[in-house]
Amino acid sequence: MKRSINSLLLLALVAGIVASCNNSESNKKGDQGALASGAAEKVYVAPGEHDEFYAFFSGGYSGNLTVYGLPSGRMFKEIPVFSQFPTNGYGYSEETTPMLNTSHGFVPWDDLHHPDISQTNGKLDGRWIFVNGNNTPRIARVDLETFETEEIIEIPNSAGNHSSSFITENTEYVVAGTRFSVPVPQEDISIKEYKGKFKGALSFLSVDQETGRMNIKFQLMMPGFNYDLSHPGRGKSHGWFFFTTYNTEEANSLLEVNASQNDKDFIAAINWKKVEEYVNNGGGTKMPANYAHNVYDHGTHNATTTMKKEVLTIDPTKVPGAVFFLPTPKSPHGVDVSPDGEYIIGNGKLSADLTIHSFDKMIDAIDNEKFNGEAYGIPILSFEDILAGTVKQAGLGPLHTEFDGKGNAYTTFFISSELVKWNVETREVIDRQPNYYSVGHVMIPGGNSAHPFGKYAVSMNKITKDRYLPTGPELEHSAQLFDITGDKMELLLDFPTHGEPHYAAGIPAEILAPKSKKIYKLEDNKHEYAALTSGDTRVERDGKEVHIYMSMIRSHFTPDNIEGIRVGDKVYFHITNHEQDFDVPHGFAMIGANNAELLIMPGQTKTLVWEPKQIGVWPFYCTDFCSALHQEMQGYIRVSPENSNIELSWSLGE
Amino acid sequence: MKKAGIIMIIGSLLLLGLFKFPLWNIMLGAPQYPEPLGMNIHITGIKGVSEFDIQNIDGLNHYIGMRTIPKAEDMWEFEVFPLVIGGMVALGAFIGLLGFFGKVNHWWFIGWFGLMSVLGIMGMYDFNLWLTDYGTNLDPNAIMKMTNPDGTPMSYKPPLLGYQKMLNFDVDSWPHIGAYLMFVGMLLTMIAFFVGKKEWKKKKRSFQSH
Ligand SMILES: [Cu+2]
Repeated sequence: MKRSINSLLLLALVAGIVASCNNSESNKKGDQGALASGAAEKVYVAPGEHDEFYAFFSGGYSGNLTVYGLPSGRMFKEIPVFSQFPTNGYGYSEETTPMLNTSHGFVPWDDLHHPDISQTNGKLDGRWIFVNGNNTPRIARVDLETFETEEIIEIPNSAGNHSSSFITENTEYVVAGTRFSVPVPQEDISIKEYKGKFKGALSFLSVDQETGRMNIKFQLMMPGFNYDLSHPGRGKSHGWFFFTTYNTEEANSLLEVNASQNDKDFIAAINWKKVEEYVNNGGGTKMPANYAHNVYDHGTHNATTTMKKEVLTIDPTKVPGAVFFLPTPKSPHGVDVSPDGEYIIGNGKLSADLTIHSFDKMIDAIDNEKFNGEAYGIPILSFEDILAGTVKQAGLGPLHTEFDGKGNAYTTFFISSELVKWNVETREVIDRQPNYYSVGHVMIPGGNSAHPFGKYAVSMNKITKDRYLPTGPELEHSAQLFDITGDKMELLLDFPTHGEPHYAAGIPAEILAPKSKKIYKLEDNKHEYAALTSGDTRVERDGKEVHIYMSMIRSHFTPDNIEGIRVGDKVYFHITNHEQDFDVPHGFAMIGANNAELLIMPGQTKTLVWEPKQIGVWPFYCTDFCSALHQEMQGYIRVSPENSNIELSWSLGE
Repeated sequence: MKKAGIIMIIGSLLLLGLFKFPLWNIMLGAPQYPEPLGMNIHITGIKGVSEFDIQNIDGLNHYIGMRTIPKAEDMWEFEVFPLVIGGMVALGAFIGLLGFFGKVNHWWFIGWFGLMSVLGIMGMYDFNLWLTDYGTNLDPNAIMKMTNPDGTPMSYKPPLLGYQKMLNFDVDSWPHIGAYLMFVGMLLTMIAFFVGKKEWKKKKRSFQSH
């Protein structure tokens, strides 16, 4: 009851837009429906059984990606991407710290928003998942055999990398569109000079089909709007990319008012194939830049940073026929393209209606040069000419839309807190279900591709309130799983999600599970400091640096007694896990280490630096309960005074 | 004796399968090994069923003080077995050939079968001795010392043939493709004997009628 009153208050606040008045009723129905229809059975995955789908949830401010099973809602793994992760030493070990290098130095955190799984011919192929770091603009690629971050590339001339990291239907490009426009190149000017001086860079990163390696192919230097979200065309609209904008007013202060004045903002339609052709023919301007490209190699188990010094920029007005503006009400947030590529759905977040543009009509208007003015030399199409239709008063504050592959779309409404199912062709509302509470994104596995798997929809809510036992003022967010196989959506489950999930991506388990890597082969270990046999283990001094080449296997370290270390030394533990068995990592923890512990996978080598500050005999041990003798997996390091002349020595079993 | 000779030759040649396929297979499964660990015993050495099974079996066995699984060069058997099998194949094929041209009678076939059976039983006996030694001759400093209810040290000898529960492991020990090919081959040499017997009689009769 309390909730319906809140909703009514909200409705009153945004007075007279719409009457979503049966909230309290559907609210009750939602709960009862779940109880009445055996929802528990539908989400129950018996012990030892596997889920049908993997779901990858962005962690928002956690900087990480979490992996869940659907329909159970069980969390399988947290993959560190943009944040240091003490659990396994990512971002702390010598091998992985380069992953977090940027032109601003070491940035060990970010705000991870939108995962997108690689595609071939518009179908999810499960090779990689791409994610964006919103804060310090970065795009990362996570390998879906190892579920580890393999590559992070920084995006220059960009700020608030929000309209990312969506990919084209053959993974030709990953885009990184800037939310905040900034001076390009950066300079020390008055913020009041925003209008006209600030630019919005839309970056297109090409993807090597063999290795997945990314490279910024070009940056379109767009007018200084805010580029919010984006989606690729598909099918007939393959070759186009669509970006929503807000703040076409180009305000630089009090944006909540000043950027909400225009009745319509734009969806920027980009014919990237045309721009690509222009670039391939030598078009564009090379501009000095400074950005980090970090690559992790599974052979050497090492990441390297390359600072790149140049980026190719494109003035959109120099490529005729490549960029157009589609007027769209009102401060559109999400832009989503139907699986067949015909409909471009713009969700005006201050609107009650959904705006559906027709790709065919857009092409027709462009071909006939039916323009209605221009902005910074970019033609603006006429709203009426390209409109396929609207879904009238579907709810309040539409954000994002996904598709089930059966002709239906599912749109989230933030203000009225509901998920609305509607028919893409007839644009009739079929069903609406309340969300608990304040829904952001919705995800249908493959719902962002030409071939959705329309069995479940997961909504990701911004507010948790009373859904679980309270845990003090800070709560995890809440996701809700709906069965969407029937006419009515049925709420099956809600489960907490870690961090702040923005978007998510789902894929059938049968695509990923068979190729998931179980171990790293020791014989393929090319780490510079690996000790591949126990005969390779040793300790070497190089001035104040000491390198310990150590191996680990159930249930001992080789060596396990080391003497001759001095206060003030910089001690590198290079530790190789000799196990070749699935799920037998060993941990390594050194007393007083100022960084982290390590979790080392079978066949892997990792390096941790330790700077002893106190004399004594200090233990190290394995942190992962690896065997019956896990507690015995330990060793000692003797630390002598700085001026000591005790010889380096090491041993095992003496 | 044409038919019998051919059967004898095919039968002996089937033993060549032992150079490619394992003779025996031992599988070790446990709740924490949903994909069981296994070893294939070839006449030339012991191999893991999956790439790292031997290493992982050794890792487990060290708790109870078992020696590591021998490499081919550590056991004389893996040098001798291929020679014996190779020799028997050559001998069998040669006898078959002589039979084909009517130079020897069917008793040579059963003679080869008898010799092969004796060698086979000796091989099994040796194999069993090795399993016993391997499963009972344990490191006195073993990490875990398990005893039977009567206080005697527990043996970890895998069964020569069949299934046995050993601590938390389900152990299965069965012949593998190489052995089956050998069995079929030996069966064929038996058949060659009976076919040869008939053919020899006919030959004798036709010889007498001349
Ligand atoms: Cu351990």
